[in-house]
Amino acid sequence: MKRSRFPFVMTGVVLVFFYLPILILVLYSFNSSRFGGAWQGFSLKWYARLFHEPAIWDAARNTLFIAILVTFFSLVLGTTSALALHRFSKSRLQRFHYTLIYTPLIVPDILMGISLLMAFVAAGVKLGMLTIILAHVTFCVSYVALVVLGRLQDFDFTIVEAARDLGASSWTAARRVLLPMLAPGLAAAGLIAFTLSVDDFVITFFVAGPGATTLPIRVYSMIKHGATPLINALSTLLLVLTFTTVFVSQRFSKTGALEGGQ
Amino acid sequence: MMRLRRRGQEVLLTFPSFLWLALFFLVPTALVFVLAFRPADPFGGIGRGWTLATLRALADPQYLAIAWRTLWVSLVATVICMLLALPTGYAVARASLRRRNLLLMLIIVPFWTSFLIRVFAWKSILHPEGMIKRILVWFGLVDANASLLYHTGAVILVTVYTFLPFAILPIYAAAEKFDFRLIEAARDLGARPFESFRRVFLPGIRQGLVTAVLVVFIPALGSYVIPDIVGGPGNELLGNKIAQRVFVDRNLPLAGGLSIVLILAVLTPLLAVLALQRQAARAVAGAGEEKP
Repeated sequence: MKRSRFPFVMTGVVLVFFYLPILILVLYSFNSSRFGGAWQGFSLKWYARLFHEPAIWDAARNTLFIAILVTFFSLVLGTTSALALHRFSKSRLQRFHYTLIYTPLIVPDILMGISLLMAFVAAGVKLGMLTIILAHVTFCVSYVALVVLGRLQDFDFTIVEAARDLGASSWTAARRVLLPMLAPGLAAAGLIAFTLSVDDFVITFFVAGPGATTLPIRVYSMIKHGATPLINALSTLLLVLTFTTVFVSQRFSKTGALEGGQ
Repeated sequence: MMRLRRRGQEVLLTFPSFLWLALFFLVPTALVFVLAFRPADPFGGIGRGWTLATLRALADPQYLAIAWRTLWVSLVATVICMLLALPTGYAVARASLRRRNLLLMLIIVPFWTSFLIRVFAWKSILHPEGMIKRILVWFGLVDANASLLYHTGAVILVTVYTFLPFAILPIYAAAEKFDFRLIEAARDLGARPFESFRRVFLPGIRQGLVTAVLVVFIPALGSYVIPDIVGGPGNELLGNKIAQRVFVDRNLPLAGGLSIVLILAVLTPLLAVLALQRQAARAVAGAGEEKP
């Protein structure tokens, strides 16, 4: 039976569609022209200028600081949550718990942003770094919980029981047996939480207030005010960083790349 | 004693995430519904007392028009995504194992890059001085004064670009489990290629199709950055209106009211799918009982 070539041709078209904008973006970061349109020769001046923009580096530092704290807290909350969901999967409490973990994934960003903003304003919390961290942990917990839960589901718990039988306390068994075996899952979940936190714009924009600026917020205001080739240069650096991270994490876990991204 | 300890462990492990999500997800969501009935205070906060001002403001025909536009832009983007995702998901599922992993990587990797940057990339491509415009003008396909940016088509295009991988993945996952010998059987029994595709393949991957539709349609309804950057003032969606009420005229209660409209728009397709699935499950159970 002859198979239609149409789906394979379409796949090629889709891949071109995916990569073309990114390629053009990178290409134009080397354009010496101030305006995006015409090519006026190769230049690295936008990269050089990037280093004289303290606002960008401040924003980058904030972003990193937030992402590290968010990764830590969402790993703790998400892992305890996954352990509860896995071990007590039949209880009614866990069914409700699962719904609570799952629903934030379906809610559009803007709804989460506006509802958190209203809650912070109503409670009189000052908007800034703290509110950004609280908001980021809220949307990262669900991703971490589901990734870790996925690992737990194909996990042989008799090994933990064996450790207990051999005299390990439950704390020792958790620390010396469960934790090392969960480590790849935790690394994948942590990477997802970190990436989501670094990349988030919409929710951050709502809860940031005037004082705290993250990299996406900085990029957004640059797009709005039209500092074009500078954004291209910054984007290219971020792309290189992302592709390196993906490549490295691929080396560590063969399935890592399939479990995240926004 | 053992059972009590087990119960204690469960509560201990459940408590942190449960409390966090109750405090920062459930309560804020409920608050949106409550605060919509409060007056706005002039400093961008929430006033005291109760009012129906938000409800009255929502009756403004401009909001109805925007809700309608949000709905059909999301719908068109979803249909285009499905038309592209179906052949792609099918092709990936039918590729050899090595090529399949490569294709999946190629589909996922660009979407690890910043969402804002991808939208910006399209803005510079569609820009009046940008590449596509020049090519189209050169071929005489587009008038030199026409604008590709700030156009509803641009909003739909970038929405498709952003959400297409999320449509491809569930279709691929369903197609991978599909037994392709069924298509061969249908062909042997005389079905034409398109007929076997429509009547055997599509029903076979139904669950993947439903997931794909939802993961495009729901975030598209709530999109704000895309119409904000490539849409311009004439193509605002509900998300833009919510943001304007927050950042421009600091009217939080009205922003809350608009969010309620968006929540209802999101819930409708979700509940419809749940109801249909429950009905289908009951039909299957019913068919099982009828057997002797």
